Amino acid sequence: MRVPVLALLGLAACAAPPPRVAKPEPPALDIADSWVDPTADTPPRGKRPTRDRAAALHDPSAQVIAIRHATIMTATGKIVEGGTIVLSGGAIAALGSDASVAVPAGARVIDGTGKFVTPGLIDAHSHLGVYAVPFAHANDDGNEATAPVTAQVRAQYGYSPQDPAIARAIAGGVTAALILPGSANLIGGEGFTVVMRPGRTSDEVAFPGAPRTIKMACGENPKRVYGGKAGPSTRMGEYAAFRAAFNEARGYLAKQAAYERSRALWLKKKTRAAELDARQTDAKLKVKVEPAPEVPPVDLRLETLAGVLHGDVLVQIHCYKASDMAEMVAVADESGFKIRSFHHALEAYKIRDLLAARGIAINTWSDWWGFKLEAFDGIPENTALVTQQGGRATIHSDSAIGIQRLNQDAAKAMAAGRAAGIAISDDQALRWVTANPAWVLGIDDITGTLEPGKRADVAVWSGSPLSVYSRAELVIAGGEVTYDRSQGATPSDFELANSATQRVP
Amino acid sequence: MTGASKTAMTAMTTLALAALVTAGAAPAAADTIAITGATIYQRSDRKLDNATIVIRDGKIAEVDAGVAVPAGATRIDGKGKTVTAGLIEAATQLGLIEVDAEESGNDGRFGNQPTEIHAAYRAIDGYDGRSVAIPVARTGGVTSAITGPIGGLVAGQTAWVSLADAAAPLAPIRAPAAMVIALGRNAMPAGSRGQTVERLRELFDDVDAYRRNRAGFERNASRHLIGQRLDLEALIPVLDGRELAVIRATAEVDIRAALAIAAERKLRIAIVGGAEAWRVAPELAAARMPVLLDPTENLPGDLGALDVRDDNATILARAGVAVGISTLDRPSAARTIRQLAGIAVAQGLPWPKGLAAITEVPAQIYGGAAERGTLERGKIADVVVWSGDPLELTSRAEAVIIGGAVQSLVTHQSRLLDRYKTLPKP
Repeated sequence: MRVPVLALLGLAACAAPPPRVAKPEPPALDIADSWVDPTADTPPRGKRPTRDRAAALHDPSAQVIAIRHATIMTATGKIVEGGTIVLSGGAIAALGSDASVAVPAGARVIDGTGKFVTPGLIDAHSHLGVYAVPFAHANDDGNEATAPVTAQVRAQYGYSPQDPAIARAIAGGVTAALILPGSANLIGGEGFTVVMRPGRTSDEVAFPGAPRTIKMACGENPKRVYGGKAGPSTRMGEYAAFRAAFNEARGYLAKQAAYERSRALWLKKKTRAAELDARQTDAKLKVKVEPAPEVPPVDLRLETLAGVLHGDVLVQIHCYKASDMAEMVAVADESGFKIRSFHHALEAYKIRDLLAARGIAINTWSDWWGFKLEAFDGIPENTALVTQQGGRATIHSDSAIGIQRLNQDAAKAMAAGRAAGIAISDDQALRWVTANPAWVLGIDDITGTLEPGKRADVAVWSGSPLSVYSRAELVIAGGEVTYDRSQGATPSDFELANSATQRVP
Repeated sequence: MTGASKTAMTAMTTLALAALVTAGAAPAAADTIAITGATIYQRSDRKLDNATIVIRDGKIAEVDAGVAVPAGATRIDGKGKTVTAGLIEAATQLGLIEVDAEESGNDGRFGNQPTEIHAAYRAIDGYDGRSVAIPVARTGGVTSAITGPIGGLVAGQTAWVSLADAAAPLAPIRAPAAMVIALGRNAMPAGSRGQTVERLRELFDDVDAYRRNRAGFERNASRHLIGQRLDLEALIPVLDGRELAVIRATAEVDIRAALAIAAERKLRIAIVGGAEAWRVAPELAAARMPVLLDPTENLPGDLGALDVRDDNATILARAGVAVGISTLDRPSAARTIRQLAGIAVAQGLPWPKGLAAITEVPAQIYGGAAERGTLERGKIADVVVWSGDPLELTSRAEAVIIGGAVQSLVTHQSRLLDRYKTLPKP
């Protein structure tokens, strides 16, 4: 290919004199190419249609709801006592003191006396829908544990929007979550940001406007899963494999760039040849142009990793130990991507300076520890220490039980921080389960706080959400009531025959 | 158990002994302690305002409003504080599981096969009183625990241990505390629920056969028995009704099987797990069979036990069943039992029953109510001073007293906090 390219470059550089006729060339074998490309009718590769940010903030069918006389915890630093919040068209229309906010005519008015209103809770780490209940092999869809790098898979493909756990999470005040593949693989696949509500299909519950995310994992899990197979069997092998994967992605990108370049050149050649041929009277002397460069094959695994290198995909990494997190930062630096957040991150407090300086968030529990060796140094003050350092922390669940009480876990982390002399306000504790996970998911411009113009993702609590005795009474996602305690939870399709779900709790 | 871990355990026991001998000359328990002016829950349903509790010789000497502080007593100002009996984690593997995911940190977990019979296994033989999880449990006000094996048809015998510093391995409160038996999915990965019931009946029949024919057994003149000699021996007190059997059962059908076996054999049985127990509440109440449960278990996770609900504890208690609350085998989470009790209260359980579920009820179930579970005169002084409501998330255990001795609340975790409160230079 190289020679004709050079030849043509030379040709193009001359100010278009007609080609010198040295001696007539022998005629080419004139065989008609009757082959028809059988794939010519294949439709072009499409993008999965997703609803955009505007859809997250506008639902014309949503009713107008006004909650009056409540304590409104906005997760912006402001708590309004005796406040009113108005939801309209799927967004927050107004909020403030009772006196300052007018209730629109025709609104459903809810008396919030003694109640607390917060943003809907957001779980930055859930496996709902990909490990649906009942716990059965048939429902194990969270770990594509066939190779350590499966960047091509997506949690959305395996998501069951009728997981019975969804209704229970909603009853815990949750309005959105990041559904992640498990941590068997180094790169387990793309996450799926969902509106927490049941549905018929995954597309119906995809959070509108949420950016792509990817799940990676380091430490004990991948080496346990692959140690007996082809590896990696050590942390050394894991970090080498991460580097190899991103090297491969770079090679893939280089091949694509080379293709784009040679195709652009080829197109120029064809254009030029057509110009020259138009002036050529001797049909035997048409300019020869080599065949179009071959399109490199599409590799979906590397496509996703290329997206990571381009910064289109938010990187979410399961890591427990400080040393592991630091190794992943090194991998990211060398490979050329940014880490959005570490998940579990029990030793984040040891490197909270590094994490804060890098703007890397952590998602963790208040007091889980000790169930595995890399979790041995977990401490209840982790969240508070990271926050005190100026880092961004969330309380996540990683559990179909824990997601039902994210607010309680935040309260425990707050109490541990205060006991250690770290001033954590109620609003700050609430941010751990609202505004901060919204940022981790890249939807903080849409939801996560109570502010006019934001999505109507709201939970109404029987008392302070930081008390063990409080329960969510009303949960609203995008203006739609997803849970009303007086009506009881909506059972999943699976549970329609269960007597337990026939009763109002 | 591997040879290496046996060696490690021998070394551990020796160390623990040495520690006790050193401390033994002047145990802190000899001190007289007075907690004054506190809100004291003498029992879960008996609240004393502005009251004082006096602890002497490891026992509760006085408790009431207007009790005088003895001269020379160590005084703890209880103003604004709440005092309760020490919490009891009623079904755990504390001291048996150090690190769940690691073989070397794991004792007393057997395979889920109905052929696994380990009745002679005694948790106390493998119990590590110096587990790092024990001080962490204490920070949650947990002063004693019933720890034991799980897995198989008969996992073995639990021990009720004090969580006091270093003393526990040498002085169990009660060992054995109960025999752990499992039915249904708890004893089998797949196959037949009926099989576990059938195997259990056969095993009990074999214990009878063995008792009748010990001499023949020794001469090898016995029909085949499914248990080994020590396992059969260990089951005799259970069949005599002298030792409690805790039956791990989730599904209604398994709980009904437990009720039937208890009636047939006149056994003392407590249900552990019991996610569908609410469906059998009147029968459990009539049989006086208590249930130890985790009130967060509300997922229809088991295809044989789909009818689970948030207010299991509430329904059982209303029917008159004694309800205990436990993490159910999560030793690193033992400190969260008070939150679990609070969750049950949020789901409708009356508050006193919530407190009782982690104090009085476990003490009653395991036959130790005369000594523990409440703060009545003469009982062992397992006492916790809380900053507020013990079931509330923001309250903390400020002082933990076990057997009359104020316990250290220093843990692996608090040491890490101290070390990293100020970061080292990079």
